[in-house]
Amino acid sequence: MTGGTLAIRARGLSKVHGEGQARTRAVDEVDLDVPAGQTLAVTGPSGCGKSTLLHLLGGLERVSAGELWLAGRRIDRLGERALARLRRRAIGFVFQDFHLMEELSAVQNVELPALLAGRTPRTARRRALDLLDRVGLADRAQRLPAQLSGGQRQRVAIARALSNAPLAVLADEPTGNLDTAATNDVLRLFDSLRSTGQTLVIVTHDERVAATADRVVSMRDGRFVDDVHLPAASTGGLGDLLGLGG
Amino acid sequence: MQDVVLALLAKEPSHGYELRQRLRAALGPLGDTLNSGQVYVTLTRLEKAGLVSSARTGGRPDRPDRKVYDLTAAGHRRVADWLAEVSWTPRPELAEFHLKLAAARAARLADPLTLIDAHRRELMRRLRDAQRAALAEADGSMAGLLLEGVVLRLRADLRWLESCERVWSGHGERS
Repeated sequence: MTGGTLAIRARGLSKVHGEGQARTRAVDEVDLDVPAGQTLAVTGPSGCGKSTLLHLLGGLERVSAGELWLAGRRIDRLGERALARLRRRAIGFVFQDFHLMEELSAVQNVELPALLAGRTPRTARRRALDLLDRVGLADRAQRLPAQLSGGQRQRVAIARALSNAPLAVLADEPTGNLDTAATNDVLRLFDSLRSTGQTLVIVTHDERVAATADRVVSMRDGRFVDDVHLPAASTGGLGDLLGLGG
Repeated sequence: MQDVVLALLAKEPSHGYELRQRLRAALGPLGDTLNSGQVYVTLTRLEKAGLVSSARTGGRPDRPDRKVYDLTAAGHRRVADWLAEVSWTPRPELAEFHLKLAAARAARLADPLTLIDAHRRELMRRLRDAQRAALAEADGSMAGLLLEGVVLRLRADLRWLESCERVWSGHGERS
């Protein structure tokens, strides 16, 4: 494989929980290459290890065994401080329940990662306002999370994830708490991120999210059991979805 | 399609192209796939069946289509029946797929899990088309509403395939 660089590369990636009889392999020797700019969906039943995999990729949990690279840099052996720094600067996280700071306004939530990464308040604010504009919430910048709908809160969380122009955005069930209209908003936003070349890894139960990704891997018992690349464009007419005949 | 055309005609006597416009408004991009001749073919059939009558009008010179169609009394009754009818279509393809897996397994012709995978990929492709079309619609559009139904059905089928996979992979281990 040549061509684009790999945003994420994993070899024999494993995570073991517990010891002795209770020892389980949540992630079991997974190999994964995610080219830069790809939208990858990871699906599978509860407990299959998909969230743990996402945590490993983003440095939220330590790897038990295996090797992991982010944009060509080996990260599985980083110390805690270096890993924390990497998480803050190079990864954007999106969670099912948004994880916004309730006492901060939308724009303050979005600028927080930039401030933590050492940007000036001015630069951080300007970028945060740009990002809120990009997710269609420029007019909600001063609202508190409690004053926003679920879909709006998730879009704020996505803007926050983009704060430091991350190498990859990792999303864990990003539409899990959203209704259809808000889910569609988030999917449209993911599409626009993809068009800018943003790498996205999305763990999801939601078939709609999986179906609009570039690639879908299915996990069972910590391993990949299927890996499908979906065609970029529609391959059939919409008519066969309806079956309205004469 | 016959019932749909009849019901569209219930509003007022109309030209064929007006019915097509009403269909388009309700179907959005999905309406593009309907053959434009389909409405006329259906109207002709309905007229033969005595459900629709037509009258030639002076019309407009830019419209070659001068016939105005109207419901007959029988047509009105059929529309009323259709509206009152609760139609839930059973899905024979579910039972068929279920039996296909059982037969393939019994005769050792194919691995049920391989068949399930092929099916899932095809449904994912269709879901992708439907979801992409839904994303292109504004919130609250009529076509978006219909597409939501298509998407929900495909999701239900995909979930059932997950159950199929779980059960059939268990069978594989036992035999």
